[in-house]
Amino acid sequence: MAYNKDSMQNILVVAVGICLVASIVVSSTAVFLKPTRVANQEADRFKNILVAAGLYVEGQTPSGDVQEIFSQFEARLVDLEEHRILTAEQAAAEGIDVNSYNQRSAAKDPALSKSIPRQDDIASIGRRARYSVIYLLADENGRLDKVVLPVHGYGLWSTLYGFLALEEDLNTVVGITFYEQKETAGLGGEVDNPKWKALWQGKEIYDNGEVALQVIKGVVEPGAHHAEHKIDGLSGATLTSVGVQNLVRYWLGDEGFGPVLKQLDTQLVGAI
Amino acid sequence: MASAAETKEALFGPVFNNNPIGLQILGICSALAVTTQMSVALVMCIALTSVTAFSNLFISMIRNVIPSSIRIIVQMTIIASLVIIVDQILGAVAYEISKQLTVFVGLIITNCIVMGRAEAFAMQNPPGISFIDGVGNGLGYSAVLMAVAFIRELFGSGSLFGYQVLALANDGGWYHPVGMLLLPPSAFFIIGLLIWALRVWKTEQVEEPDYEIGGHTALTKPA
Repeated sequence: MAYNKDSMQNILVVAVGICLVASIVVSSTAVFLKPTRVANQEADRFKNILVAAGLYVEGQTPSGDVQEIFSQFEARLVDLEEHRILTAEQAAAEGIDVNSYNQRSAAKDPALSKSIPRQDDIASIGRRARYSVIYLLADENGRLDKVVLPVHGYGLWSTLYGFLALEEDLNTVVGITFYEQKETAGLGGEVDNPKWKALWQGKEIYDNGEVALQVIKGVVEPGAHHAEHKIDGLSGATLTSVGVQNLVRYWLGDEGFGPVLKQLDTQLVGAI
Repeated sequence: MASAAETKEALFGPVFNNNPIGLQILGICSALAVTTQMSVALVMCIALTSVTAFSNLFISMIRNVIPSSIRIIVQMTIIASLVIIVDQILGAVAYEISKQLTVFVGLIITNCIVMGRAEAFAMQNPPGISFIDGVGNGLGYSAVLMAVAFIRELFGSGSLFGYQVLALANDGGWYHPVGMLLLPPSAFFIIGLLIWALRVWKTEQVEEPDYEIGGHTALTKPA
């Protein structure tokens, strides 16, 4: 019988064959490359935490050191609902591993998150995960030196994800960084500009216990009233600037890390 | 095996004479999205060229057994698998850039150049020349993308491949960047101007107008 490529038999053989070969090739590539991809993602997260804490400078700190510097930090699970900081054992009891916990996927899980009422949702994130992971750095005496908090909120086009680092007084900003954002390149995208991020250093978050940090329009004059709470807005990117202000207000306010930060005050890192 | 002249035509023809973006107007969407920086555009070009070349190669290898009723699905399966593999490799070896390319690597699947070459060339030609045709079309796409990225990065950010070439006013220099070049619509203008320039040079690429505007007749009295 002559070979007929349009016969029903051949259609089935080709269809099944192609699918089989394609799926084997794709899945083996995925499995083979997974360790490298996961390591890359983790290294990127570590690096961003260090950038926020001012311990990594692009182009100066060798990337091989990231792992080592990061190992000085202690990752701790925070319960935003009950305002407590969990130990590794308590976290394990909740079934959560601090190092692999993914706050973003948890925020989509109804069992691990809550919907934020519209009037409280100033960062426009819709849902908030119950748990979050913060990173503590101790000084040589074992006292708290810096704390790095994960933050996110909506700008103009996209949700900005980043880290905000505070000094041991839990009020002064060490630095901020955004590792994921899709704002307008050249305008809102400048949230990632090192020069703008440098403006955050030394600013103070709270005034009488309330979040007072503001991203204003224009430039902050050094002698201005409450200059320590004000940051220059990004020109041409008012909505992104407001988004950044709102996400800081949300995550450092009562709904976010505010109550937890008050507990952190003056404690030894080991004792938290 | 194809003659040297045929090989050369398959490889370099798509760069100027039969450019997928310039003449066939394919693959415009990714050309808008990934051309704000040359380094990102370059990685996108390499990704697209390798997908086009290998999809042409594999489809050509099995072209005589692909039943015509399911040929598009078979082509898509092969293309989609290659795109996933490219995406995985980028995530492993060029993580920073793959973060910037985001969805656009995945969208190579829907890039008309890949599908167009598979259907138009690889289904009729042997594997060797099909592979070269894929590389050639990838080069044609790359030539346009790199030209657009060059203009956008140089005048939009004052840099090339991330190196500052023009001193920006923000940093105390003299150059005020053209913000519009960083927005997607600017790529439309640049591609349009490039196509214009290309067709002034190669006049055989100018298309016949669909219809001619007739002479002005309103004032002439009917005979």
